[in-house]
Amino acid sequence: MEIFGFSIWSIIGVIAFLVIAPFIGCILAGLDRKITAGMQGRVGPKLLQPWWDFRKLLAKEDATVNGAQDLYVWLYLIFIVLSGMVFFAGGNFLLCVFIQTLGALFFILAGYSSRSPYADLGAERETVQVMSYEPMVLLVAIGMFMATGSFYVADLLSAEMPLVRYLPLIFIGFLYVLTIKLRKSPFDISMAQHAHQEIVRGIVTEFSGRTLALVELSHWYETILFLGWTGMFVVWAGGWVAGVVAVVVALVIWFFEIWIDNNFARFKWETMLRSAWWVALVAGTVNIVYLLFI
Amino acid sequence: MEIGIATIAFLILFPVLVALMLMFVRGDRARSYITVVGALVIACGSIFCATQFLSPETHVYAIDDGVALFIDYAALVIEVGLCLYIFVKGVYYKKPLAVVLAVIQLGLAAYLDLAVAHDVNVANELYIDNFSIIMALIIGIVGSGIIVYGLGYMRVHEAHNDGPDRRPIFFSVMFAFLGAMFAIVFSNALTWMLCAWEITTVCSFALIGYTRTKEAIDNSFLQIVLNLIGGIAFSGALVWIGSFYGVMELDQFIATTLSLAASGMGVITYAPLLLFSLAAFTKAAQMPFQSWLLGAMVAPTPTSALLHSSTMVKAGVFLLIKISPCLGFTIPGFLVMTVGIATFLFCALAAISQPNAKRVLAYSTISNLGLIVACAGVGSDGAIWAAIFLLIFHAVAKSLLFLCVGTAEHHIGSRNIEDMDDLFQRMPRLARLMAIGIMGMFIAPFGMLVSKWAALQSFAQSENVILLMLLVFGSAATFMFWTKWLGKILAIANNDAADVELTVYRSEWASLGLMTVLTVGCCIGFPLISVSVVAPYLQTMFGVASNAIPIGDLWIMAVIALVIAVIFLGFSGSTKKRIAPVYLSGVGVDESARTFRNSFNGVSAATQRNWYMGDIFGEKKMVLIGLVVSLTLIFGSFAFVTQSVAAESETLAGITAARDSYEDSLWEQNDIDFNTYQQYYEYYRQYWEQNKDALRQSMGIESMDDLMDTLFIQMFVQNAASGTQDSGTSGSEGGNQ
Repeated sequence: MEIFGFSIWSIIGVIAFLVIAPFIGCILAGLDRKITAGMQGRVGPKLLQPWWDFRKLLAKEDATVNGAQDLYVWLYLIFIVLSGMVFFAGGNFLLCVFIQTLGALFFILAGYSSRSPYADLGAERETVQVMSYEPMVLLVAIGMFMATGSFYVADLLSAEMPLVRYLPLIFIGFLYVLTIKLRKSPFDISMAQHAHQEIVRGIVTEFSGRTLALVELSHWYETILFLGWTGMFVVWAGGWVAGVVAVVVALVIWFFEIWIDNNFARFKWETMLRSAWWVALVAGTVNIVYLLFI
Repeated sequence: MEIGIATIAFLILFPVLVALMLMFVRGDRARSYITVVGALVIACGSIFCATQFLSPETHVYAIDDGVALFIDYAALVIEVGLCLYIFVKGVYYKKPLAVVLAVIQLGLAAYLDLAVAHDVNVANELYIDNFSIIMALIIGIVGSGIIVYGLGYMRVHEAHNDGPDRRPIFFSVMFAFLGAMFAIVFSNALTWMLCAWEITTVCSFALIGYTRTKEAIDNSFLQIVLNLIGGIAFSGALVWIGSFYGVMELDQFIATTLSLAASGMGVITYAPLLLFSLAAFTKAAQMPFQSWLLGAMVAPTPTSALLHSSTMVKAGVFLLIKISPCLGFTIPGFLVMTVGIATFLFCALAAISQPNAKRVLAYSTISNLGLIVACAGVGSDGAIWAAIFLLIFHAVAKSLLFLCVGTAEHHIGSRNIEDMDDLFQRMPRLARLMAIGIMGMFIAPFGMLVSKWAALQSFAQSENVILLMLLVFGSAATFMFWTKWLGKILAIANNDAADVELTVYRSEWASLGLMTVLTVGCCIGFPLISVSVVAPYLQTMFGVASNAIPIGDLWIMAVIALVIAVIFLGFSGSTKKRIAPVYLSGVGVDESARTFRNSFNGVSAATQRNWYMGDIFGEKKMVLIGLVVSLTLIFGSFAFVTQSVAAESETLAGITAARDSYEDSLWEQNDIDFNTYQQYYEYYRQYWEQNKDALRQSMGIESMDDLMDTLFIQMFVQNAASGTQDSGTSGSEGGNQ
């Protein structure tokens, strides 16, 4: 069934992402804090604490450091959401990646525009983060194209085998950079969870009130988008079974990321860049050569 | 005279005429007037050419023999003149290498024109196809726009200059440059193309050395030495194809190469392809020849803009895209794609370590050209689609950026990116244009990135692991060095910095506006350009009409590009919210001076610099690796090809013999092409060697030439009379040989 040339499933995917993703993202953020607290032997906040934080931010006084920052943060949110819409509509994965990068650029520009030492440092580090994960993300797209002959996410749902069957090493490499993309320790170098660290709060130091709320909202959308990318590796033409497998795998990976977050100290940016590029180089090359032989 | 020939002649000769006029005009007003009118006429001329000749097929034009001969000699005279000019300059400035190369080039050019090309019949001297129209539009609109920008820029430049005012020469050479570029893109006669190729080399030599400082002179000689190597390679290729293939036309050269490759003699086509590639590498500043383009940065900014965006380096990639059907998975193709992609990666990495804006632009140019070169090397329809669009978007966005940097330099007194901090407040309009230019270079939805996407797809289809791996890392580096620059200019200090852009000349704003409109307009019109111009061209070239990127995705990008452009040009930068001071790790003392009370109760100022990562991506290290890789590849492939050509020398001798025999044979008189002839010749030569005596006695055939003529009569004349199919079988035998 089609409406205006779009399949009904694309439309459902887009609407579900637009409406449900922030709620799931919020709950996952709350769960993250609970689990983290558990691992550290604390009780931790309530599950819905991120939601109450978000509400509180909306009620704060409207203050900003300049007149451009809000615009960049809005563009960040809009492009992250647009990128997710492309992905969950089953659209072109590369298009999704590029729009997501555009969103990331505006987040960085929001940090730079404040011209505050900490936000600036955070923005520079965020740029290095993008440079670190970009090769691996592009390799995911390349691997997907070489394995299935298409960049379209929807085509994975009619594939005989899940993508991870063809791209085992690229999947592992992707998990490595996923930690950078989610800004989890040891790669939380651009923004710290707590303000009393060496970079204060990094790139988000100068955001406040509604602007910071928008950043939180964008992060929730981002989380769901990146978990979607993870799930993409394990779907096949298996109907609802494939869907359940994808969700379970995504949640397991999410838990795994929290575990990593709590067990590693922050790396230096050089270590992040070198390691991420080595992983991309080795995993990408070996996996693509493997693809050429099967 | 046909309208096509008239248009081409106008586009080539009119800029030369303007150049001659400007050489003798001293007055400022008169120069401005002539320049603006000349630029407008050239731009209109290229648009006329586009509206008139945009069509899927290639228009070819034959020129009257007498006129063609006259132009041949004129080209020879120009070449000799250019070589003598370099010779004299080289002696004067004591540059022995340039002198030696000029002499070699002189000898080769004379030998080529008098001994080789003289005997070769050229059927169609000129042509127009969609790709040359695209090039003409870039030269005519972007190139002219840059020259107009030069009016205001050079006025300021000369105000700071103590020596004599040499602007007449400057504008004159700029216009001559455009004429030579038009000649390159419309010439099918390769000797003419070579002449124009050399003119662009010497023009940029004159432009780089314009200021006559020691550095400028040294860099101009670096340019001429490297480009003379390219010129010599180009002449060598022409000597080769003139002697062995007997062709001196671009389309015939491609056709002959393809048919030789199809008949299993690909190896002997490698030598001229390698030489052409080498020539293109020097022009397009590919590693190991990249240093001249960096040296060219000492020239006034309009020169850099012209060399980087619409002329000179584009001539190199133009040639490679033209011969790309012959590349693909051959030794020259492999060389071209690998050198291109290595240049893309290592120059992008080297750009990270550069604080000088013009050097960043230079490295980014070389890097992007590397990607175009790599696409040309792959030579598939998708790759050429990507290459053509990269060329278009690079031309418009890079010229915008150069002009922005030039204007910023005159008003803030520096071309260092660190000094562009807070440009958003000091030059609000310029900073927005610069931001659009920068985004146009590296991020979706702008054209460069979408073309890179097509490049990535075509590399994946070609299943070349090296290309793919170097591409993804190069892309990441590209993101890094553009973003940190963009962040710098968009920073807002909230101090009352004075707006210093009020004194920018109108002519500068006009050109800046034009480039911005082109940068954004090409992105919005991307799907239309693809469908109406590039896809038809690929259809004629490859027999498939492809939009490498699905047209729906292109429209999504076009809409986003429009939105971003409108937002960036339109938003005011003011807010209703309360403006709070930023946090400076202590109690602030003076917000606009960025000072705060530090932990020793003293006063510190907060400063910040961009990251240059010198110890990881140092320029020297990256360039060294690039040089080693590219030199190894070039020497390796030349050694391999020399060896294999030596092994194939018999085949070459055979081709030469066949050509001698073809001349004045019945075949030639009846317009059977040489390739067909050669196949029969190869086949029947053995037969002739074995049955010499019998043939002599029974049929009175005295030589191979006689045999071939007899064969012709049997196959075509008697067959036509009797209608039998006998020779059809022998024909297919011959064909299978």
